Amino acid sequence: MQKTKNVAELQAICRAVRRDIINMITAAKSGHPGGSLSAVEILVTLFYDVLQHNPENPSWPERDRFLLSKGHACPVLYSVMAECGYTPKDQLNTLRKLGSIYQGHPDVRFIPALDASTGSLGQGLSLAIGMGLAARLDHSPSRAFVVLGDGEIQEGQIWEAAMFAPFHKLDNVVAIVDYNKIQLDGFVKDIMDVSPLAEKWTGFGWHAIEIDGHSIPALQNAFAEAEKTKGKPTVIIANTIKGKGVSFMENNPKYHGVAPTDKEAELALQEIG
Amino acid sequence: MPTKTKFELKPGLATREAFGQALVELGRANKDVVVCDADLSKSTYTAGFQKEFPDRFFECGIAEANMVAIGAGLASSGKIPFVSSFSCFVINKGFEQLRVTVAFPNKNVKVVGTHSGISIGEDGPSQMSIEDLSLACALPGFSVMCPADEVSMKALVHASAEHNGPVFLRAGRSKAAIIYGPEQKFTIGKGIQLVDGKDVTIFATGLLVAEAIRASEALEGEGIATRVVDLHTIKPLDVELIARAAKETGAIVVCEEHLADSGLGVRVAQVVAETNPCPMEFIGIQNTYAESGSPEALLEKYGLVWKNVADAVRRVFKRKAIA
Repeated sequence: MQKTKNVAELQAICRAVRRDIINMITAAKSGHPGGSLSAVEILVTLFYDVLQHNPENPSWPERDRFLLSKGHACPVLYSVMAECGYTPKDQLNTLRKLGSIYQGHPDVRFIPALDASTGSLGQGLSLAIGMGLAARLDHSPSRAFVVLGDGEIQEGQIWEAAMFAPFHKLDNVVAIVDYNKIQLDGFVKDIMDVSPLAEKWTGFGWHAIEIDGHSIPALQNAFAEAEKTKGKPTVIIANTIKGKGVSFMENNPKYHGVAPTDKEAELALQEIG
Repeated sequence: MPTKTKFELKPGLATREAFGQALVELGRANKDVVVCDADLSKSTYTAGFQKEFPDRFFECGIAEANMVAIGAGLASSGKIPFVSSFSCFVINKGFEQLRVTVAFPNKNVKVVGTHSGISIGEDGPSQMSIEDLSLACALPGFSVMCPADEVSMKALVHASAEHNGPVFLRAGRSKAAIIYGPEQKFTIGKGIQLVDGKDVTIFATGLLVAEAIRASEALEGEGIATRVVDLHTIKPLDVELIARAAKETGAIVVCEEHLADSGLGVRVAQVVAETNPCPMEFIGIQNTYAESGSPEALLEKYGLVWKNVADAVRRVFKRKAIA
């Protein structure tokens, strides 16, 4: 794969990933489009610019780790990994079918290059911390990046982990909250409000950076700031739009976990371009 | 296999203390061994490891769910984490994490639950782990062990570190009688016959192994020859040994310091039913939570001492004669 810092190139990759997401979920007739589309810029910036990794050597011990703790958004991860060359692109549309490596939630038994099996919310930050501790013991430059959902952080385990990482001065762990403001049953503020987010994480001892999670330059700057921040972990609060890129899915709780119809998919692909 | 006719059953270390000692030995032998504890290191005896290897000991505070998943992350990056707390806390509060971050991706995490059973005594039922064998055995891929004494605990801690896969080791708070000599070998998944007999087999695990031996010796005078087997590994079970005992003795008693309807007993019964069905009796906690009291008084009250085992042997021996 060819890594790049060029914003236009990264934006083009984002469009390809959005098309994959729509095609995969439409073919599967089920899945989670909204939270996949909101995280596209985050994952593309990480895999194509920030992460130290090598699809030709996925078990390289000093690689950076990536965990999609909000595992239901796996179409975005599968698309990015396939685009990078980890897994076959021509099988993306087998998502969720019997025998597919593209399981309904990420499963290391089917894709060994994944750093974790996720899907039960609230657990990825703890896993990333374990990986960060191991890297520190080994004097490895490896860092662990974990994408959390905003609804996900209602889980108590997240705050157990949030307390742990600054106490142990783990500056090789970076959390990104995909703050798209919507969860399954509706708007986060109506289900169980998680705001004010930056204050919560700062209060636990994290370095918090709040950005527009669809701005690639903002993401690049935030990841650079995270790398420079020593003695404490960094959380990037990425303000995003659920369903980003498809007008009728944007900010619409319906598309948390419903696949588009063939007709909707056609419209969506036209809009994405 | 050495089969003794008389056991001294001298008081030994609690299995939790033996675990702590073995952990320090492991730490010296293997730099990848790391330890996580949840504010109970003085009780679980991981404090010895912490003292000698502070960089490889991770204090997680009172947050077991986070601790278990951190263990899974450490294992993902090549460490051999021993994750320890009271059995009831690490198993119950960490169960979802044991399921999704350890068992499902088959991570090399060693979970050690101390203060199991009712023999913790005065602290009472909120701290007593009587469901842990059932829950740990429910997790695909886990090896589950309940060593009876300090010798077997130390050996099985070392065996667990060498085994590639998730492990649950169950340890007790009370002093445990020494059953084994230093020469005894232990293999995960292989039971150990301690006494040979042709009439009834007593399978026991943990603290109940010593009670089974006492019962066996008491029954000698009544002309009932019991075979006593230590099933230190609850999962995977020693199927061959159980099937053979069912065939050769035709009557079985299973003893455990755990709920009788969901632990070792039902697992042994499944093997017996599938191989050589025969009458069985079960010694364990009967669908209830216990209470505060001295360990001795509790074991007596809840029917977990040698007299109860002997009674069960007499019952099953009679049933065998009728059948």
